[in-house]
Amino acid sequence: MAVEVLMPALSPTMEEGTLAKWLVKEGDTVKSGQVIAEIETDKATMEFEAVDEGIIGRLLVTEGTAGVKVNTPIAVLLEEGESADAVAAAPAPVVAPTASPMAAAAPAIEAVPAAAAARPAVVEAAKGWPHSDLPEGVATKTMTVREALREAMAEEMRGDGNVFLMGEEVGEYQGAYKISQGLLDEFGPKRVVDTPITEHGFAGIAVGASWGGLRPIVEFMTFNFAMQAIDHIINSAAKTLYMSGGQMGSPIVFRGPNGAAARVGAQHSQDYAAWYAAIPGLKVAMPYSAADAKGLLKTAIRDNNPVIFLENEIMYGRSFEVPVGDDFAIPFGKASVMRAGSDVTLVSFGIGVAHALAAAELLAKEGIEAEVINLRTLRPIDYDTVLASVQKTNRCVTVEEGFPVGSIGDHLASTIMQRAFDYLDAPVVTCTGKDVPMPYAANLEKLALITPAEIVTAVKSVCYR
Amino acid sequence: MARKPDARPNVSKEELLKYYREMLLIRRFEEKAGQLYGMGLIGGFCHLYIGQEAVVVGLEAAAKQGDKRLTSYRDHGHMLACDMDPKGVMAELTGRIGGYSKGKGGSMHMFSKEKHFYGGHGIVGAQVPLGAGLAFADKYLGNDNVTFTYFGDGAANQGQVYETYNMAELWDLPVIFVIENNQYAMGTSVKRSTKSTTLFERGVAYGIPGEQVDGMDVLAVRAAGEKAVAHCRAGKGPYILEMMTYRYRGHSMSDPAKYRTREEVEKIKTEKDCIEHVRDLLLQGGLASEDDLKNIDKEIKALVNEAAEFSKESPEPPLSDLWTDITV
Repeated sequence: MAVEVLMPALSPTMEEGTLAKWLVKEGDTVKSGQVIAEIETDKATMEFEAVDEGIIGRLLVTEGTAGVKVNTPIAVLLEEGESADAVAAAPAPVVAPTASPMAAAAPAIEAVPAAAAARPAVVEAAKGWPHSDLPEGVATKTMTVREALREAMAEEMRGDGNVFLMGEEVGEYQGAYKISQGLLDEFGPKRVVDTPITEHGFAGIAVGASWGGLRPIVEFMTFNFAMQAIDHIINSAAKTLYMSGGQMGSPIVFRGPNGAAARVGAQHSQDYAAWYAAIPGLKVAMPYSAADAKGLLKTAIRDNNPVIFLENEIMYGRSFEVPVGDDFAIPFGKASVMRAGSDVTLVSFGIGVAHALAAAELLAKEGIEAEVINLRTLRPIDYDTVLASVQKTNRCVTVEEGFPVGSIGDHLASTIMQRAFDYLDAPVVTCTGKDVPMPYAANLEKLALITPAEIVTAVKSVCYR
Repeated sequence: MARKPDARPNVSKEELLKYYREMLLIRRFEEKAGQLYGMGLIGGFCHLYIGQEAVVVGLEAAAKQGDKRLTSYRDHGHMLACDMDPKGVMAELTGRIGGYSKGKGGSMHMFSKEKHFYGGHGIVGAQVPLGAGLAFADKYLGNDNVTFTYFGDGAANQGQVYETYNMAELWDLPVIFVIENNQYAMGTSVKRSTKSTTLFERGVAYGIPGEQVDGMDVLAVRAAGEKAVAHCRAGKGPYILEMMTYRYRGHSMSDPAKYRTREEVEKIKTEKDCIEHVRDLLLQGGLASEDDLKNIDKEIKALVNEAAEFSKESPEPPLSDLWTDITV
């Protein structure tokens, strides 16, 4: 019986890809394990192997097609004696979307439906970005968060020969998430340093190098792995300026993806924002958009303090408008008001901003206008912007992906209570990830993460609706 | 290790007097620090270097201007050996504004960018990758400085030491790993913490050359240091020196050192003391008289008393300093 070959998910967060090249043609006999196509994701070009034996009956997607969604049929595989015409007449997708292992990946992608659904609104909201920082009519170009991060590093490395990048797979592999793609070619192995898998050790070496006159950018493949290096981040990098009576600090950036990706389980899905934001001596930035990513990373690299730069894998492929020019940078401690509103203040950062904006759209349909604040940095925090907004709306809901205990939301709630108590018409509600290790099962993972629907419920509760 | 009297490098009278003076300064300084601790003027943890003086003095004799050094929390000796001001060190111990860290670091956390002393680290073993990082910077910047990265036999069991060995050799970093094997990691002897008790040999797994050195003999230390420095400056990568040494006092001021016998300590003091060794060389070689050495003792005593006075008179940091130097 004929089988449809589906566009595969080749990474935990892949939603679509380019069918770069067919290595077989219609009528070819293929064996299981034979490479039949090259598929390009936003991270890499991957070889795609046939799972079953058979004859290529039809190629449904022509090579070079971009934006092919995961699980789209791309070819038909026939058993001996079957005719491609028969298949065309009576398509028989034996691989039901809910039954095949491939289709099981689909809910994983749905695990972030909010962000995906919010995408048009997000780009829209980013158009006038950043509402308070740049003159009207500034020229912009569309780029992904990934490209923005890369451009920020490349520009700063061009500007200062003592800036260098080190980490696992940053050079010859071109970056585990392709953030550093092309940097080795431009800057060479002296400045794009591949390390062994040894986070504790290379984080310490990087901090030492920062004392020796260099300005390292350390890429962690994920911040989960930075747990191995956290002693050097905190005890060596963050505290030395103080312990040396101001003689020497650590101009260093620790960056990499943070928080949940999709279906990667408990040890690879944790948001460390509140952990690092708790440490005096660090600065902590957490971009939402590509413009944030570029502007904040440039500021981070120029900063003379240790900066924790928390990225998000799901956001890497998203596109936003970014101001043109290599002099563009975003100061730390300055939040961005992404959406004006009078009824409630939503405060978030990183991917949480996508959820907050999606919730704001849903709320607008019900006549509730939410003001959405993107904090952009968590140390320092722009309390003034938050407090001014709360004084206007009299209600506040915080949104973040991290654990609930000792969250950024907890800290903001306490600050608002102490500094704007009389303005509050309702308690501050904190929307966070659930108080559980991240589960693998698609339905449980979805439940563990913060959703726009939960934000809508929280807003209604503080609006007494 | 037994001394090998026939293996002496050439040494001048001036050099021997210099080493004598420097080792004596460290010893008298540490004795004074112990005294001030007893008087309540120094608080918290205070780890004395008494007994191990030949290690830092011998290695500093092999260093040149621009070379860097860093160590653990047992750091007073290293600072004095690299010519940091005893007044500033003692005032840091007493938590005063005149201290090297303006009173905010304490015994375990002192730095001097001017003297290329990079701490003063309280997390056992953390200074090892940090030292390799300083060497990384020197190599990147294209100078021929080396970094002396000191750590103890206890730290030698930390994983990050071996992560660092691997990268230091991979990248040919100009770093000298100095294992100060004083035979006790707090109260745990080397034999009770590892079956591979010859610590420098662990570098073999990473391709790093090394050797064991009589760390109670300042001339043997200097000779080994010169060899290691030449290796590093030639761009050949790291080198390991395992200094066999001994601390006379407890791990810290609150350690009664019950894990070793009084006889063991006395034997080392009598047979191996690094200061007595140089004293003997000076007297027996006719290079100095008893009176000469007495005069040096007096000078050193005055220097240490001056440091102690300064550390008592220097004011505590202003309260506003609580909020400074957190970020720049």
